[in-house]
Amino acid sequence: MSGFVRSMLRNPGGLIGLVVLVLVILVAIFGPLAFPNSPWRMVQRPFLPPFSLSAVPLGTDALGRDVLSGIIHGARVSLLVGLVSTIVALAVGIPLGSIAGYFGGRVDDALMRFTEFFQTIPSFALAIVLVAILQPSIYSIVASIAIVSWPPVARLVRGEVLSLRTREYVQAAVVTGQTHWRIIGREILPNALSPIIVLASLMVATAILLESSLSFLGLGDPNLISWGYMVGAGRTVVRQAWWITVFPGLAILLSVLALNLIGEGLNDALNPRLAKGGR
Amino acid sequence: MLSFVAQRIVKGVIVLLAIIVLNFFLIRLAPGDPAVVMAGEAGASDQIFVAQLREKFGLDRPLPEQLFRYVKGIASFDLGFSFRQQAPVSKLILDRLPATLLLTMSAFAISLLFGILLGGIAARFAGTWADTAIMAAALLFYATPLFWLALMAILLFSVTLDWLPSFGYETVGANYTGLAHVLDVGAHLILPATTIGLFFMATYARMTRASMLQVNRLDFIKTARAKGLANRLIQRRHVLRNAILPVVSLAGVHSGTLVGGAVLTETVFAWPGIGRLMYEALIQRDYNLLLGVFVVCSAMVLIFNLITDLVYRVIDPRIEIAA
Repeated sequence: MSGFVRSMLRNPGGLIGLVVLVLVILVAIFGPLAFPNSPWRMVQRPFLPPFSLSAVPLGTDALGRDVLSGIIHGARVSLLVGLVSTIVALAVGIPLGSIAGYFGGRVDDALMRFTEFFQTIPSFALAIVLVAILQPSIYSIVASIAIVSWPPVARLVRGEVLSLRTREYVQAAVVTGQTHWRIIGREILPNALSPIIVLASLMVATAILLESSLSFLGLGDPNLISWGYMVGAGRTVVRQAWWITVFPGLAILLSVLALNLIGEGLNDALNPRLAKGGR
Repeated sequence: MLSFVAQRIVKGVIVLLAIIVLNFFLIRLAPGDPAVVMAGEAGASDQIFVAQLREKFGLDRPLPEQLFRYVKGIASFDLGFSFRQQAPVSKLILDRLPATLLLTMSAFAISLLFGILLGGIAARFAGTWADTAIMAAALLFYATPLFWLALMAILLFSVTLDWLPSFGYETVGANYTGLAHVLDVGAHLILPATTIGLFFMATYARMTRASMLQVNRLDFIKTARAKGLANRLIQRRHVLRNAILPVVSLAGVHSGTLVGGAVLTETVFAWPGIGRLMYEALIQRDYNLLLGVFVVCSAMVLIFNLITDLVYRVIDPRIEIAA
């Protein structure tokens, strides 16, 4: 473990990513305490440029709402959606992939056809359709992001399980009469954890991008402010008031970049042989 | 090769059928009784009209029969009627399809060309400042939200520098013809196509670099070196040709993302394609149109996947030797 920490620390990109992510998490947790007022509230005159008033350092939007307060409150939505939808996607993909890889044969065939089918459907278009039909809410957003994100997990886990299944220690577990589920859960999956962790960190980044894209198109939860919504709301006035779109967009960019850097750092640390490999 | 193509087409048709069935059930999931919603969209809501609609669209029939009618309808490219736009969905889509094809294909060409080029340069000069700069830029564009990049491009190139038009397909009211028209459309195309292209360029550059470095370590490259071949020739003829294969299969996998990129980019640049149509359907909650666009997008992705599969077969040097 200490070797892992050391190799993570030696990776400057991963370290920068970690620092930025911790910062974003702190803002998401404590920010709303420092800015207890609703980000939807009008605080100043509309279109107040940034850096002109210390009370609203990033200026106000078309309705006089504080841009900084919106970014701080939006951090919660972005991180929460990114994290929860990834957990749901893992909860779907890991069992499916394990079953396909472990049992093989027809079960594998059927499950992989099913997975391929979901991979062929244009994912963002499907997410749009699902959120529009289920009505925009934080639940429908998480559900639709999870629905379009689980297939790569299933494929990765299947591949790992497939190669680990024939190892001697797994065969030994079979001989001792352990149940299939126990073998999968206790013997195989713990050894397949590294690539799953790497994939999961990149999935959180993709989920944040997806959530912001949906909110940008007006499919965000109408009760929660999010970065994508802010960029979407400022879109029509971008010529007059650049700051309304620039700052929330930077927040998305930084968070996603941080997660990607962490994913790469983890990849280098956990799979030293594959270091510097492509995605 | 022929049987391979036939096999792929059959597989594609099966997937498309499954998507159509999925679509059918999604429409049923949409809020409200479809007949009442349609009546509302048409601006009337009396019972007789609703009953008429129900009969006209077969909504009074049992579910399996409705499904059969729906699939049959799509087979003859009947995707239903959009009451909001007062036109058949298929006509609306067909009108917009060429613009989307132009945009996505240009973006695809830009990303593949520059992605492979930059990835190749990064691999060739691995470990130098050029490599670091290219990879840093790739990482940055990979993390940038597409819709925001589009807006920033407008801010920089249209508002600040005033170099390029920021919206639409052509200059309204200019009525250019011939070469002037082509140039006009081209000028409008640059920003949206490059915006989509940059994201994919980042991915392809990373993939090309990793793949080329991997191929460079293989034995047959050592043999080529031992033969005394010039490095430039080895890189171009042996390394790149093999290294490009995973990039092509990645491009196939990405075609779905390309469609998603079109929705966002067309929305920002007011590009009159099916992505923009999807956004309009979304804003007006026009579910018939929304799902129609979805089916067409899925079909486009399937066709694109088929093409990349074929290209892969053609350029894979190992298959050439086997044949």
